[in-house]
Amino acid sequence: MIRRVILWPPYIWLLILFLLPFALVFKIALSDYAIAIPPYTPTFDWADPSSWGATLGALDFENFQWLLDDPLYYTAYLSSLRIALVATVLALLIGYPMAYAMARAPAHWRPLLMMLVILPFWSSFLIRIYAWIGILSNEGFLNMVLGWVGIPPLSIINTNTAVYIGLVYAYLPFMILPIFASLDRIDPSLLEAAEDLGCSRTEAFWRITVPLSKAGIFAGCFLVFIPVVGEYIVPSLLGGSNTLMIGKVLVEEFFNNRDWTVASAVAVVLLFVLVIPIVLFQRSAERRDAT
Amino acid sequence: MKMSRFNVVSLTLGFAFLYLPILILITYSFNESRLVTVWGGFSTKWYGVLFQDERFLGAAWVTFYVAFISASIATVLGTMAAYVLVRGAKFRGRTLFSGMIYAPLVMPEVITGLSLLLLFISIGLDRGGFTIILAHATFSMCYVSVVVSSRLVSFDRSLEEAALDLGATGWQAFRLVTLPIIAPAVAAGWLLGFTLSLDDLVIASFVSGPGATTLPMRIFSEVRLGVSPKINALSAILIGMVALGVIVASLTTKRAAQRP
Amino acid sequence: MTDDVFAPWNDPGQSPLIRYANVTKKFGEFTAIDNVSIDIFPGEFFALLGPSGCGKTTLMRMLAGFETPTSGIISLGGQDMGNVPPNKRPVNMMFQSYALFPHMNVWDNIAFGLRRDGLPKDQVAARVEEMLRLVQLQKFAKRKPDAISGGQRQRVALARSLAKAPKVLLLDEPLGALDKKLRQETQFELVDIQEKTGTTFMIVTHDQEEAMTVSTRIAVMDEGIIKQIDTPASLYEAPNSRYVADFIGDVNLIEGDWRGDTLHWAEGQTPLAVQSDAPVGKAWLALRPEKIAISKDQAKADNAIPGQVIDIAYLGNLSTYVVEIPGGQKIRAQATNARRLSRRDITWNDTVWLSWTSTAGLVLSE
Repeated sequence: MIRRVILWPPYIWLLILFLLPFALVFKIALSDYAIAIPPYTPTFDWADPSSWGATLGALDFENFQWLLDDPLYYTAYLSSLRIALVATVLALLIGYPMAYAMARAPAHWRPLLMMLVILPFWSSFLIRIYAWIGILSNEGFLNMVLGWVGIPPLSIINTNTAVYIGLVYAYLPFMILPIFASLDRIDPSLLEAAEDLGCSRTEAFWRITVPLSKAGIFAGCFLVFIPVVGEYIVPSLLGGSNTLMIGKVLVEEFFNNRDWTVASAVAVVLLFVLVIPIVLFQRSAERRDAT
Repeated sequence: MKMSRFNVVSLTLGFAFLYLPILILITYSFNESRLVTVWGGFSTKWYGVLFQDERFLGAAWVTFYVAFISASIATVLGTMAAYVLVRGAKFRGRTLFSGMIYAPLVMPEVITGLSLLLLFISIGLDRGGFTIILAHATFSMCYVSVVVSSRLVSFDRSLEEAALDLGATGWQAFRLVTLPIIAPAVAAGWLLGFTLSLDDLVIASFVSGPGATTLPMRIFSEVRLGVSPKINALSAILIGMVALGVIVASLTTKRAAQRP
Repeated sequence: MTDDVFAPWNDPGQSPLIRYANVTKKFGEFTAIDNVSIDIFPGEFFALLGPSGCGKTTLMRMLAGFETPTSGIISLGGQDMGNVPPNKRPVNMMFQSYALFPHMNVWDNIAFGLRRDGLPKDQVAARVEEMLRLVQLQKFAKRKPDAISGGQRQRVALARSLAKAPKVLLLDEPLGALDKKLRQETQFELVDIQEKTGTTFMIVTHDQEEAMTVSTRIAVMDEGIIKQIDTPASLYEAPNSRYVADFIGDVNLIEGDWRGDTLHWAEGQTPLAVQSDAPVGKAWLALRPEKIAISKDQAKADNAIPGQVIDIAYLGNLSTYVVEIPGGQKIRAQATNARRLSRRDITWNDTVWLSWTSTAGLVLSE
């Protein structure tokens, strides 16, 4: 009985503020652009059920056709996926050795190291990305240091390189923590057993440690890849005019062009692009919970 | 356990990468000069300029009350959701419910922001602090429920059963046994929700209206044009507050752990 | 010595397979192993027995190569193992946690060590099948470790560590995770497998019954030193100290003044007659409960003490009586319940006589 009472408030809240908005996005993505308020047609006349049929009939896939026709959109999707993939691989290459070193650190250090990884997460994302503007800009900190040692200045800001640096920096903790968790769970006697049976240390690492941290690697990669595909702040602050990411396109479409219907279509397609990695991630998370 | 040199090097470089940018930022907030490349001497001038800027003070107030209220709503709803998911019997729509709890965690912010804005417009809700609170409470409650349910999963269910066996009603068992045990997780969930709300730029930009500008929105519109010493000062203050909060929290939990 | 008794430790012509020579191991300030020397011979089933924290596991892990002695030498087949890394030692270990690789099935777990040796595929397969047959797990070859029972996991671990035909198999509390009944069955299986393969086994255990059941010789350890090394029977019947007497089986210890033929144990009581060549002075008479007879009337024996029954524990096959003797000490005496419906006439608060012969007990001066 009490469980029923507890269930309803969060359930109804999510239905109204999570599910309903999505339905709306789908519906608007199928509507036509109009110079009106709101700037799409048809609008539902909720009070008149007899008009619903006609309204539904007016929905079509024209906006999606538009996304296919204009190269801007599909190149933005592809570019987002590529940038997310590269950033994920970079984060893995930096994050795995760190997580490994943490798991190998003396036990009384580990809580402190964990906290040092989590700490940046508690401070503002925006500020952490902003910090890199001062470092990477043409008259920034990095070029000042390079100047001292006599290396000619680099122009990194407003390039994809700056975007990669910012993405890896911001999302590194999400890579480290799950990998650390899976490495920390490995029974040290497994590595001793491998050595006992004739493995060298390196061989034991590749045959035992890496396979047993696979779940952590998957989780870390998804936790980086999925949000990065839709990332808006990093490309806006560190990227240049040729940095094409779909999150940025969506915001610009909505606010600058006021084209709600195309923006909604962009969102729907983005969601479908991410459905596969999201489902894969949920599956692996459930499998981890089960063990 | 001794650490190999490789491990020491990767930790050192890794943490340098994570912390150097923040340290540089804080250092430059005390720079007299406007330029990054020129060190004009130590000064707290920019802090003064910041505190005279009413737009920042107003934004700070909006951010604070939005974060406080949305985190509180999210904590109540998220704890309820976690309890239902972990302890509840099967009910129809359970899959949909747990899907709605987990989906916002991985949903791109641009989509969440866009969809909520379209909702608010279509139901004719005036946009401002109130709509930001609704939006933030929605995604924060999902984080709260994940944090709380991980605590609920790990704690021994027989404690609740013992309370029921000793004559407590379901509500009493929850209030007197379950809640005190999951309290640290609930508090952590509130803090997480509060921080997420403080931090959010994208969703707030979508759903806010005239008169409700949050600090991240203010910062973003300034830094799009490049480095601003005022923002350096603001960043240093925000980072200092987080550091202080974490130190206080870890000291109090340490003291609580040491108590016999 | 007759030829059919396996006792290479008594034969000066035999050379040991494993030799610990004055081995000491320190962890910081803590001395885990204090100047230990042991010789273990080929074909032995040697047990290290002691309470947890006595250093027995450390002693074994040094032979496997996971710990390095602070001083002293460990040699195997005459070769100093000092600089040989664990993966190059002809020694395999069965871990307490079994340490089965969770991402590999039973077959691959057993094949793991063979593949590291670069054996050709068909030889690996043949050996794995042989091992699976030995531990009777042919049907479970394709299962992952988390899909088989605890007893089966234990056998996989055993098969995996035996697959490379090591000179010595080390077993770290191999049966600790099994329930009592399974443990007893497995003890006999272990002995069987040890005899079949002829491998030298070294086992670490805190369970004296287990050590007694499986091993040829036992080293009883306490706080980093070896108290006594001997066969199970000798340890039980001729312990060299109160510690060993108490650790192996159940014992009554009566403190007194040993005068060479009698132990004076209490004012005004008849001294106890014992045959022993222990040095005179303060000493303890160690008496196993089953060596004491209990009766209502004074029996004719070398020693007889009156007492009062405090407690009776009926264990089915036998009964243990706790008897308070003059001076207040409580002595345990055991009687077998040989007949099913006999009237057991001794009951609580009865006055009884405890009696034993002069050769039943042992005088221990430490």
